[in-house]
Amino acid sequence: MSRYLRPAARLAATARAQVARPAAVSPFLYKTAVVSGLQKRTYADATGVKEYTVRDALNEALAEELEANDKVFVMGEEVAQYNGAYKVTKGLLDRFGEKRIIDTPITESGFTGLAVGAALSGLHPVCEFMTFNFAMQAIDQIVNSAAKTLYMSGGIQPCNITFRGPNGFAAGVGAQHSQDYSAWYGSIPGLKVVAPWSAEDAKGLLKASIRDPNPVVFLENELMYGQSFPMSEAAQKDDFVLPFGKAKVERVGKDLTIVSLSRCVGQAMVAAEGLKKKYGVEAEVINLRSIKPLDIETIVKSVKKTHRLLAVESGFPAYGVSAEILALTMEYAFDYLDAPAQRVTGADVPTPYAQKLEEMSFPTEPLIEQFAAKMLRL
Amino acid sequence: MFSRATRLTRAVPVRAIAPRATPVSVAARRTVTTNAASAQVASPVPESEDEPFQVTLSDESFETYELDPPPYTMEVTKKELKQMYYDMVVIRQMEMAADRLYKDKKIRGFCHLSTGQEAVAVGIEHAIEKTDDVITSYRCHGFAYMRGATVRAVLGELLGRREGIAYGKGGSMHMFTKGFYGGNGIVGAQVPVGAGLAFAQKYTGGKRASVILYGDGASNQGQVFEAFNMAKLWKLPALFGCENNKYGMGTSAARSSALTDYYKRGQYIPGLKVNGMDVLAVKAAVKYGKQWTAEDNGPMVLEYVTYRYGGHSMSDPGTTYRTREEIQRMRSTNDPIAGLKQHILEWGVAAEEELKSLDKKARSHVNEESAAAEAMAVPDATPQILFEDIYVKGSEPEFIRGRTLDENYYFKN
Ligand SMILES: Cc1ncc(C[n+]2csc(CCOP(=O)(O)OP(=O)(O)O)c2C)c(N)n1
Ligand SMILES: [Mg+2]
Repeated sequence: MSRYLRPAARLAATARAQVARPAAVSPFLYKTAVVSGLQKRTYADATGVKEYTVRDALNEALAEELEANDKVFVMGEEVAQYNGAYKVTKGLLDRFGEKRIIDTPITESGFTGLAVGAALSGLHPVCEFMTFNFAMQAIDQIVNSAAKTLYMSGGIQPCNITFRGPNGFAAGVGAQHSQDYSAWYGSIPGLKVVAPWSAEDAKGLLKASIRDPNPVVFLENELMYGQSFPMSEAAQKDDFVLPFGKAKVERVGKDLTIVSLSRCVGQAMVAAEGLKKKYGVEAEVINLRSIKPLDIETIVKSVKKTHRLLAVESGFPAYGVSAEILALTMEYAFDYLDAPAQRVTGADVPTPYAQKLEEMSFPTEPLIEQFAAKMLRL
Repeated sequence: MFSRATRLTRAVPVRAIAPRATPVSVAARRTVTTNAASAQVASPVPESEDEPFQVTLSDESFETYELDPPPYTMEVTKKELKQMYYDMVVIRQMEMAADRLYKDKKIRGFCHLSTGQEAVAVGIEHAIEKTDDVITSYRCHGFAYMRGATVRAVLGELLGRREGIAYGKGGSMHMFTKGFYGGNGIVGAQVPVGAGLAFAQKYTGGKRASVILYGDGASNQGQVFEAFNMAKLWKLPALFGCENNKYGMGTSAARSSALTDYYKRGQYIPGLKVNGMDVLAVKAAVKYGKQWTAEDNGPMVLEYVTYRYGGHSMSDPGTTYRTREEIQRMRSTNDPIAGLKQHILEWGVAAEEELKSLDKKARSHVNEESAAAEAMAVPDATPQILFEDIYVKGSEPEFIRGRTLDENYYFKN
């Protein structure tokens, strides 16, 4: 019994020692959500904050890292001449040339293995998958050749490589093009796995991924590329990196902790606003940022305050990221919970094409709000 | 293995009925034409619709690798030529309807059209039996139609309707019907699966064959070569076929492939490159391939030289990586429908008016089917519909998990 309680106690201690985060976290500014003129002006005038799309942020991160280190190169399908299937690598060929921005044939297993080899030999490849659905063709190279090599070699052989591309469901593309692989990569020892939500996340985490000496899986979201977020002056600089394993509290609250990642963070923010408006409750929204390692400390700290936890993600429910969060919360924060931790996930179904069915397969803002309200017995 | 004689044979334009064993050692390299109207009539065209007559294909219809070319003379009937014409026009009209519906925002996600490539789907179907199998990539609407799907079922699927060919579950890239195994979204993955269809055909006996299609881009996937190896080892009746439309998305064949002679990529498998803009040449090639497999010679690697008029998918304008002149040239001088039309008229198979009425028939058929598809209901947004067909009916687990615990769906057996 005491053994199971220890992690919670230890975390509680560290949490207390931590400097409290500022209460006013940057308001979420995402697509149709409120981007008030007032906020914008404040940013521009006072702090040099600029609007960036997630796409621009990723592009800037790539450009800066390519600039900083000539061991970095980008490889993938349509990344060079076509400027990227989702235009994330736009302009990079013109700027860095064909030696460093390389179009590959459609041969995921092949070019991933090749990129891993280049990494073993000391280069820092950024291996783009047109989408992570296609990385399934290459997952053996990611798991067996990249993730395990340092350990298998007794620490002799590192592999500094970044695997990136859009992950998760996209609109209307059916079962084979619409899947979230967070849990797949999150379960592999030797990998670091991150999933940005905002433009700052995207830039800071991608730069960190490229610089990190380990294999990193960087999971973008196709539906987020065009969304704009404010980017602080600090984040616009070329030395901006975000740490692995640190979540971000995007919205401070006291009644319920919502832990989420990637696009679902934005949905959770909207749901939290709804909860406030309708019921006057304050949900705290945690943006995980990092899937592996996972910042259980921030989660426990929040649960100590709110006593309730809801995990929100768009992956399949079974053996998923939310399942992990719930398990960890049970392990580390059981004593602080007033109710069982719960989750909203994708449904256990291959993604259907028809729109109404697709809508029933993934978390929506109203669903998150309703389920949270129910948890809070509102 | 190959006899010495056949090993020497290279792309020989032996006119007509060259007996298979004749070694000819002209090694002149020539490329297959994409002229869609290059055949000649070789016997008088009969009055009757069903009486066969002979046509001779152009010398430049085929190129071969470790293989004698197919006979250049083939039998056709008036009826069949008109049917081929009608089939190609229906496919084109269907793709144009899809184009319109997409632009009206009624079709979601990706939508890959085969405009320009109609002769491949039509030529293949006219060469095989209903009992043979076909498998292809996401560019699948024409194949689904030729395999027996109705236009309304295809368009209904694109519209996400309950009466779509996959009940609205699959979408543009995934359609299946008897003898047609998709409609596959992962580039190259259908190739070993297709070899598996051939494996089953051999396993169960009979003279069936599998027609396996993939793109010039897909041809670089490792699993294509894995499939080649197994098919050759086990002498499977597999007709691998690269639909070479010159581009995989924005990447030209030359930028993706170290050897762009896709028909030679089977290395130890004989290859046949065919004018994919000429429906007659496609039919002749596939018929020959089918005979090859039926004689237990194992697989063949075909290459259908073709061209896609539109972008890769509806979201690609298709003009950044190739010139407008190139597209225009293919459309105006190599169009498969215009090519066959020219033959039909020149050979006196049908008069202009009859073809016009076929055009009209095809157009109004597609319009009616399109309207019928639009009138179809969308699937009910119920858990019963959402969760049906994840598992075979009657074999489902007790329940399926929804997005929340509350949404769990219990099957009532
Ligand atoms: C494994 C995999 N990688 C990448 C993609 C994305 N993709 C879809 S189609 C395509 C191009 C394929 O070109 P080709 O094989 O020539 O076929 P075509 O589209 O010309 O018919 C690509 C890269 C995919 N669907 N699957
Ligand atoms: Mg192609």
